[in-house]
Amino acid sequence: MNAQRLAKATRDLRVGILSVHVWPTLAWQEIRQRYRRSVLGPFWLTISIGVMIAGMGPLYSRLLGQDTASYFPHLAVSFIVWLLLASLINEACTCFMSAEGLIKEGRMPLTVHVLRVIWKNLIIFAHHSLILVILFMFYPPPLGWGLLLVPLAIFAIAVNALWAGLFLGMLCARFRDIPLIIQSIVQVMFFLTPVLWTPGSLGRHAWAAQWNPLNHLLEIVRAPLLDGRVPLLSWAAVLGMALVGFAFVVPVFARFRARIAYWV
Amino acid sequence: MAHVTAQDVFVDFPIYGAQSRSFKKALFRAATGGLIARDHDRIVVRALNGVSFELRDGDRIGLVGHNGSGKSTLLRVLAGAYEPVRGTVAVDGRVASMLNIRLGMEEEATGYENIYLRGVVMGFRPSEMKPLVDEIIAFSELGDYIHMPMRTYSSGMAMRLAFAVSTCVSAEILLMDEWLSVGDAEFSEKARKRLNDLVGQAKILVLASHDESLIEANCNKIMRLSHGELTSTEVIGS
Repeated sequence: MNAQRLAKATRDLRVGILSVHVWPTLAWQEIRQRYRRSVLGPFWLTISIGVMIAGMGPLYSRLLGQDTASYFPHLAVSFIVWLLLASLINEACTCFMSAEGLIKEGRMPLTVHVLRVIWKNLIIFAHHSLILVILFMFYPPPLGWGLLLVPLAIFAIAVNALWAGLFLGMLCARFRDIPLIIQSIVQVMFFLTPVLWTPGSLGRHAWAAQWNPLNHLLEIVRAPLLDGRVPLLSWAAVLGMALVGFAFVVPVFARFRARIAYWV
Repeated sequence: MAHVTAQDVFVDFPIYGAQSRSFKKALFRAATGGLIARDHDRIVVRALNGVSFELRDGDRIGLVGHNGSGKSTLLRVLAGAYEPVRGTVAVDGRVASMLNIRLGMEEEATGYENIYLRGVVMGFRPSEMKPLVDEIIAFSELGDYIHMPMRTYSSGMAMRLAFAVSTCVSAEILLMDEWLSVGDAEFSEKARKRLNDLVGQAKILVLASHDESLIEANCNKIMRLSHGELTSTEVIGS
């Protein structure tokens, strides 16, 4: 019975991931639905974030007594990647609930709904990357092989978002209070993660940031863009998270996959 | 060869957050509905209670029973949405579910985009939908409206499009909750013909309905459900 459940769960994952005509369509549809009658679409959000970063950069570099030339790019990259992480976590909570109709009516692999959320947020992230392009015209990133790791880092974030999304999606479908708790945690984590501040400014307490998994997810994108480093520790942490995450989530998914239709 | 086997299928719907006693009593008083049982400390509604049957090529099943007897749940189990809590269901053959023919369509998208969106939900790639699009547009009689957002459609127009897309490909196993009727007199005649063709091509039909004459016209067997149990299977005309 358990072997059968596991086989069905891995089949769901495999068929879901391979349904490349399904989840990108659903993701685009969701974005278009939201921005249908606006000219700029998601770029409205990009503009408001750009304005915010442009305002906060000089202000916070003074407040925190940091050099604007190094603080500004740090804030911009961190903030935009943070938005990706935060919305991935928050929307993962509702990935199954928001697809109630599709789940109760057919045999679409459930993994598709997590991938839809991931793809949608990657599309929005791509829009926000425009801010980085403009930023790098003023503060060019160090050219080097490390830059090639940036797309790979985004992919690593997506891989971690898959297991986390499956887990949060299931948990939140069953216990409806969880999304609210997660939202509050994400809000607090924004201040506890080095987004507005740099890990270096903690001085001898910099180790504290190393215990924050979100910091590592930020760091693998941020480090090559800011100072051309390849942060080996963070990469190890991120890959470790993916391994442990899937090792944990696949059995849970196998156990509860069939229940999701009853929960949503 | 299409084939469906259901063996001792149980489906329980957990009711979370229900104030147990009063809710339970209220449900027991109701004349309709499935069995309600307590499982540990949560209330479950037993929608299917040990249902077993086997369907083969040529079977035209009329599913009858009062509201809440489990007809829709059984259809959804066959569609693959609900996996039974206990028992097994094996469905062999391509299933077309007509339970909600508008599923996947979006108000803000144009009719044209909605053909592909509905196609994706039905399990077809855009490349598979492409050769069918012209026929779908012609059948739906939407003309230039096809390039307008669906929110501008009258409900009849939207139904016509949903119907045209949902019935564009034949399937081996066809699941229907009540007969689909769409449009004005002229269109509904056309739709009836198309649906009849689709039903004729399907190897297995499962049609849930309260309309006995409809079932007699389209089915060769009647399965009666009552409180989630299969009470009888009759062959029509014998």
